[in-house]
Amino acid sequence: MTRRSPYPYWFFAPAAVIYTALFLLPTVAAFWFALTRWDLYTATFIGLDNFRQFLAEPFLISGMSNTLIYAVTTSGLKTVLGLLLAVLLTSGLYAQGFLRTVVFFPVLVSTIGVGLTFTALMHPTKGAINVALELVGIDGPGWLTNPTLALFSVALVDLWKGVGLATLIYIAGLASISPEYYEAARIDGATRRQMFWRVTVPLVRPATITVITLSLIGGLRSFDLIWAMTKGGPGFSSDVLASTIYKQYQAGFYGLSTAGNVILFLMIALIILPLTLWFNRREVDA
Amino acid sequence: MTRRQTWTGIAALAAATLIFIVPFVFIFLMAAKTKQDASRFSFAWPADWQLWQNFVEVIQTRNYMLLLAYFNSTVITVGAVTGLVILAALVGYVLQRRPGRMSNVVYGFILAGLMIPPAVVPTIWVLQGLGLFKTLHGMILIQIAYNLAFSVLLYRSFIGTIPRDLDEAAIIDGAKPLQIFWKVVLPLLKPVTVTNIVVQSLAVFNDFTNPLYYLPGKENVTVQLTLYNFQGQFLSQFNLLFMNILLVTIPPLIVFIFFNRQIVAGMTAGAVKG
Repeated sequence: MTRRSPYPYWFFAPAAVIYTALFLLPTVAAFWFALTRWDLYTATFIGLDNFRQFLAEPFLISGMSNTLIYAVTTSGLKTVLGLLLAVLLTSGLYAQGFLRTVVFFPVLVSTIGVGLTFTALMHPTKGAINVALELVGIDGPGWLTNPTLALFSVALVDLWKGVGLATLIYIAGLASISPEYYEAARIDGATRRQMFWRVTVPLVRPATITVITLSLIGGLRSFDLIWAMTKGGPGFSSDVLASTIYKQYQAGFYGLSTAGNVILFLMIALIILPLTLWFNRREVDA
Repeated sequence: MTRRQTWTGIAALAAATLIFIVPFVFIFLMAAKTKQDASRFSFAWPADWQLWQNFVEVIQTRNYMLLLAYFNSTVITVGAVTGLVILAALVGYVLQRRPGRMSNVVYGFILAGLMIPPAVVPTIWVLQGLGLFKTLHGMILIQIAYNLAFSVLLYRSFIGTIPRDLDEAAIIDGAKPLQIFWKVVLPLLKPVTVTNIVVQSLAVFNDFTNPLYYLPGKENVTVQLTLYNFQGQFLSQFNLLFMNILLVTIPPLIVFIFFNRQIVAGMTAGAVKG
């Protein structure tokens, strides 16, 4: 027997108790309750019926595809615009520090507050966005009232609120690129465009991986902004998995709601795990 | 700075102001308008400034519900962040100092916590079983459970920068593990503790989804929930709704002004490690 470690494992204990009881246990229990008809007191086993229902009801299926569309759209836009903004905001511009602050602040603001504000700004006739478009002769669309547009309008607001975090991560990533690479490229006569594609983009890869992973997870799970702006509407056109989970919960279909949770869990795992493995493998190659 | 940089800078400044500042100006203007004026949604100067009247009226709505909400949100935020700091520092410390199978398993669970969406109804079921559903204590524990992973990662990476010599000196002096942690290590973690406090306070204060699920009921209302509850009531009183939005936006603004550096450090460090 060696002497006792000065770093005892019981230091994990208090956190582990809370984490297990309130996070791990419900996560595991969900896989059972998803197979039941459930009113919180008695659970009747009904096999895969909840999942069958999820795959049969058109509005539940659209909830799943909307989740994917929303996550890919917001993540893609945040990655691209985050990098462009970061490059712009590290290029020694006038008022650079102020601009960084301005771009980042929405990240810290209440999502519900942002959602309600933009709901007013996107009002089809009175909203400031369409009023401004009218001034230049454009007949603005019903951002949140048009079923084909509503989800993308919310995604745009998500971009407005979240791009600051992507920018911040990219700024940290850009700062870790040694200026020598750019000097070498300049001596070789590279243009600015070539430097961006051949030096910046490859070397900022760790930040790109972080931004894509974080924003994808966030996008797949997102609920509050959609709930504040459209409640999944018009109809079910902007419903995502997280909002159907809430709607089924409100309607008292606890088993069905939990099945939605399990589907969301599997969806995130099936997207993020392969992506992470792929990113890591590429990193070894490079 | 070249001429070209100055001009792109000014163009960027104009665009960013339009896109990122105008919505906040809109909130402020709406919050200062009269009821009729606000219902026009126009981006115009208030015809009649009512900032103070609107403030008083929002505070008094539904029997001072907003004050109760600020109290509840403060209790939850302070409780959860205190718990997070202590528990996450303990975990991050042992995790960093004692590598091995056990630590790898714990680390795996922490990464899972960053990814997995909480299973909502089963959590309610557990909370009910423990008598914690619809209670502020329950909400505090939920916030600790959900935000633990991020805090642990922040602590773990920071503790890596603290030399082990310090712990070893204390061990030789005969200090017990908890004494070493409390008296030697924890004080050295102050920078990352400040970051943790700031970042997690904002996360807990701004959280809407979890109080919506786990804290239903008027007496447990939080600040974010008032926005949602007032939405129906203020349908014809947008000046009051926006006054409420303004009041909810001010605490993060104050925190941001004073702790900008710590927030930026926390967001990037946690993100890049995660």
